[in-house]
Amino acid sequence: MADLTVKIKDLVLKNPVTTASGTFGFGEEFADFIDLNLLGGIFVKGLTLKLREGNDYPRMAETASGMLNAVGLQNKGIDYFISDIYPRIKDLDTEIIPNVNGSTVEEYIEVTEKLNEVEGINAIELNISCPNVKEGGMAFGVSCPSAIAVTDAVRKVFDKTLIVKLSPNVTDITEIAKGVEGAGADAVSLVNTFLAMAIDAKTRKPVLSTVTGGLSGPAIKPIALRMVWQVYHAVKVPVIGLGGIMNATDAIEFMLAGAKAIQVGTANFIDPQVSVKIIEGIETYCKENNISSVSELTGALEIS
Amino acid sequence: MKKIQDFKVKEYRWLNETGYLLTLYSDQTIEPVSPGNFAEIKVPDAPDVFLRRPISIFDVDYENRLLTFYIKVVGKGTKKMGELNPGTPINIMYPLGNSFTVNGEKNVLIIGGGSGIAPFILLGRELQKKNISTTFLFGARSKNEIVLTEEFDKYGRVLATTEDGSMGEKGLVTQHPVFSDISGFDKIYICGPDPMMKAVAKIAGEHQVDCEVSLENMMACGIGACLCCVTKTTSGNKCVCTDGPVFNSKELAWQI
Ligand SMILES: Cc1cc2nc3c(=O)[nH]c(=O)nc-3n(C[C@H](O)[C@H](O)[C@H](O)COP(=O)(O)OP(=O)(O)OC[C@H]3O[C@@H](n4cnc5c(N)ncnc54)[C@H](O)[C@@H]3O)c2cc1C
Ligand SMILES: Cc1cc2nc3c(=O)[nH]c(=O)nc-3n(C[C@H](O)[C@H](O)[C@H](O)COP(=O)(O)O)c2cc1C
Ligand code: FES
Repeated sequence: MADLTVKIKDLVLKNPVTTASGTFGFGEEFADFIDLNLLGGIFVKGLTLKLREGNDYPRMAETASGMLNAVGLQNKGIDYFISDIYPRIKDLDTEIIPNVNGSTVEEYIEVTEKLNEVEGINAIELNISCPNVKEGGMAFGVSCPSAIAVTDAVRKVFDKTLIVKLSPNVTDITEIAKGVEGAGADAVSLVNTFLAMAIDAKTRKPVLSTVTGGLSGPAIKPIALRMVWQVYHAVKVPVIGLGGIMNATDAIEFMLAGAKAIQVGTANFIDPQVSVKIIEGIETYCKENNISSVSELTGALEIS
Repeated sequence: MKKIQDFKVKEYRWLNETGYLLTLYSDQTIEPVSPGNFAEIKVPDAPDVFLRRPISIFDVDYENRLLTFYIKVVGKGTKKMGELNPGTPINIMYPLGNSFTVNGEKNVLIIGGGSGIAPFILLGRELQKKNISTTFLFGARSKNEIVLTEEFDKYGRVLATTEDGSMGEKGLVTQHPVFSDISGFDKIYICGPDPMMKAVAKIAGEHQVDCEVSLENMMACGIGACLCCVTKTTSGNKCVCTDGPVFNSKELAWQI
């Protein structure tokens, strides 16, 4: 059987398949459907310093081969996560990776400092790409100086693996990727959702309470794939790829484009067992193609 | 326990131009279902329907491994689900959400509008088992939209209001004479369009009658993972798919 382990700096994943932040809750929500211990990792719902109620309903709109969301980082705050949620999931045999958010650099620092102290947490994902909050979020991720500033500040207070999640809502994603790499990111994950909107022609109103939201699902896959490929060639740190992955073939395409690991997002809503099916599919692909280690796939795209 | 299970289309029963009962069968046993629970249905052969569709469980037959849904056509998914051939595979996540509560009531009123009648066969059956006197009140625009009264008859008295007066009392449900003695009920259960639920919840509140409403917010995951389906409550945003769909009307932060 092929070796499915992948290493992202000091973070060891038993396989390259993880679940994307905001689409998999805290994992527990899926425990009736799959064995969570099979996953490479779980990127849990976005966390902030204080409780956030998020945006008003409606927060969701189905679109062609995808959906818009405008959840707005609803969560009970970092302290609640550490005291009440993490103890329930910490014994899972998979990497639990918190997704860190803030409206100011200070907030990012404070949340990260708290997580740095938590035993068992070996990595964080710095979300500088949420399109659904008024302050912070994507504002950090769409300009090079601010992306560098927040990564640099968080790097100083975090000793473990630091993954920075990039926004696709930029002219040149490789510039931001290089910037955060220079500021000390151990890996980059991409992409977050695309800023988008939906209108109800009958009522002449926007579908979302926030007018705009973030597009995810297979509709974004070809763009996400292109960005992963570009970033893979622009930086030396590992790339974690996501955006519209619905099955093992999609996942393998991301790895061929340069991803070391992948995240499954919106697909979890349609099939709560899809993440495990993707692991099985990757295993089969490796077997059929005589691949001894899954890492061989990373960047193995053949352009003749 | 929540389960993802393959079913097949058994049969349809069309009730009017837009409403139908869809019965599915499975080779596997059926999970225990409570009144108010819903399912997330993957609409087959419909590439333009991306997400699952949340639909209340109308009836369940454990012995013959059947699940029945009452569906009203409002868009592409609900239309497609009415056009499948018998034997078509259909994948379902169920039972989801909480259920209506029954705690020693003596006399209850159940109000349904539109597809909101769906959860009330299971509830009516449970109330009957507990010897609770049940009155059903259904509201619609016109007579042809009031369906399945013969089914509900088995579990209690059935009343109706129609906006055009073609059946029962003319007007909205809240104009029905049962409301003149609303304090005679110790509980109201309601599922229907928001304005109807709000109007009933307001009257229930004024007369201190306990009132449970079942909400139909749009959903993506149905299992509490995406936080898309929230409603405002007195203790912050709650997920309709896991904390609901049934809420006590006092809990909801409704501007009424
Ligand atoms: C817990 C729960 C239980 C439900 N039970 C039933 C049931 O037993 N029977 C039944 O017929 N319906 C039920 N619904 C509503 C049903 O889910 C929607 O009607 C369905 O998702 C619409 O899908 P569509 O593809 O046909 O419509 P779309 O093509 O997606 O949309 C068509 C129109 O319907 C509106 N719409 C879409 N989703 C909803 C929604 N959730 N509520 C109200 N309007 C919506 C859209 O705004 C749009 O204008 C329930 C909903 C929930 C959340
Ligand atoms: C409902 C929803 C909530 C999300 N919440 C977060 C979040 O809290 N933090 C984050 O970094 N990304 C969040 N995302 C973005 C996803 O993690 C992912 O980047 C995006 O959906 C693209 O992947 P996909 O097409 O596979 O879903 C969310 C996405 C959705 C659909
Ligand atoms: S629909 Fe996803 S949390 Fe309710």
